[in-house]
Amino acid sequence: MSTIYILWLRQIKRYLRSRTRIIGALGQPLLFMVAFGFGFGAIFARAGAGNYMNFLIPGIIGQSILFTAISSGIDLIWDRQFGFLKETLAAPVSRFEIFFGRTLGGATVATLQGMIVLGLSFIVGFRPFSVLEMLISVPAMFLISLLFTALGTAIATKMEDFHGFQLIMNFLVMPLFFLSGALFPMDSMPKTLKTIATFNPLSYGVDLIRGLLANTSHFGYSLDLLVLGALTTFLLILGSFLFSRIEV
Amino acid sequence: MEQNMIEVKNLVRKFDDFIAVDNISFTVPKGQIFAFLGPNGAGKSTTIKMLTTMLRPTSGTILINGYDPMHNQDDARRSFGIVFQDPSLDDELTAFENMELHSVLYKIPRNIRKKRIEDLMKLVELWDKKDHLVKTFSGGMKRRLEIARGLLHHPKIIFLDEPTLGLDPQTRNLMWDYLKKMNQDEEITVFFTTHYMEEAAKIADEIAIIDHGKIITSGTVKELTEETKTNTLEEAFLSLTGSAIREESANIADQNRARHQMWSKK
Repeated sequence: MSTIYILWLRQIKRYLRSRTRIIGALGQPLLFMVAFGFGFGAIFARAGAGNYMNFLIPGIIGQSILFTAISSGIDLIWDRQFGFLKETLAAPVSRFEIFFGRTLGGATVATLQGMIVLGLSFIVGFRPFSVLEMLISVPAMFLISLLFTALGTAIATKMEDFHGFQLIMNFLVMPLFFLSGALFPMDSMPKTLKTIATFNPLSYGVDLIRGLLANTSHFGYSLDLLVLGALTTFLLILGSFLFSRIEV
Repeated sequence: MEQNMIEVKNLVRKFDDFIAVDNISFTVPKGQIFAFLGPNGAGKSTTIKMLTTMLRPTSGTILINGYDPMHNQDDARRSFGIVFQDPSLDDELTAFENMELHSVLYKIPRNIRKKRIEDLMKLVELWDKKDHLVKTFSGGMKRRLEIARGLLHHPKIIFLDEPTLGLDPQTRNLMWDYLKKMNQDEEITVFFTTHYMEEAAKIADEIAIIDHGKIITSGTVKELTEETKTNTLEEAFLSLTGSAIREESANIADQNRARHQMWSKK
């Protein structure tokens, strides 16, 4: 237990100390809010689909969680190449505890990032429909964070350097974001795109947050939670298995 | 009765067809300072990795403080401290936080934790810098902190893989002073590798020379120089291992190390 806690705490301290990383990671969501939100807002409203900003913000929160969570895989590659990982692997603790501490830390950081984006969204005119449900969206964000942190860590166990991870960002993370329900309503998507988005876990994550923040849902809470819960469990098991087989 | 801290019998490690460690056996008694020497690629690091539970042997047996590292992994791990070839500190944490993290991983009781950290950081003369981030430390300071950290949980053995690489003579001497002090005060067994022969000659009680995965010979400096009819350990080493340069192709870790060194220049 204390092992998990101290490794979790380490991730949090590292996050809070890297101001540039926090600010850097907020630039992109803010850009998306302003560009997409104000750019498409008028057309969206004219098409009778309502307030685009309220629709978009949960998608941007999902995007920022996705990017932050996956990049905790980079932390693992960093620790592996520059040594710190060895300090934990040589210690009399189980690999499972190390994996769990790291993953919980990474997921907490991604959740914090999502909460900051939610805070920023008030500047561009976002208003939640209920304060209570806005508070419930925080644990929902944590669930999504956990899913993608486990995914990022699982991938990173198989990577030896940073170049490979850049490919993951381009060929996994970007498609996950753009080919999901984050930016566009799934109801009016063309069939192919809709099918792709249906197999994209981010669609369910965004749908869950959107239900809580903007009171519109495509899949419904039960399906969102079922898909996210099952996939998170699977990725945590897969990730801890792959992590236990790391050799340095 | 003299107790052996490290016992290795017929140890073999293969990587596909390549035999990195080829049937070696040796023992290190309690309280000894043992130097493990060899040219690049001789099998030193592979051996240290197997002794420290980081790598599974292909065959053979190892006992660390009486424990088999594969079956009693945690007991074996609690028995040793290790200073890796590359720094393994968290740069974004302070020196004290790095020590604290280690003491949690090794379950050092909370009531003695602070005192032990303070004692060791004073030993390596870093106590006044305890709240500085490690990324502001020089290479020598990092190495001293790693030694203090490796000793934190009262290990019976400390493994050091080329601990003095790239350090100035002042730091090197200081480091060995700390280690000799701990060797005398707490009867810690020291197992180290180095490329500096005069250092091994000065510090080690016993020296083993490994090449192409096999231990060629072992003994005191006197025994080795007599055996080879040479005057210094360096001459003995060269006469035993030849003077051909061992070319090692850079692996990913080496490339990243070079990159890291480039980036961390202040």
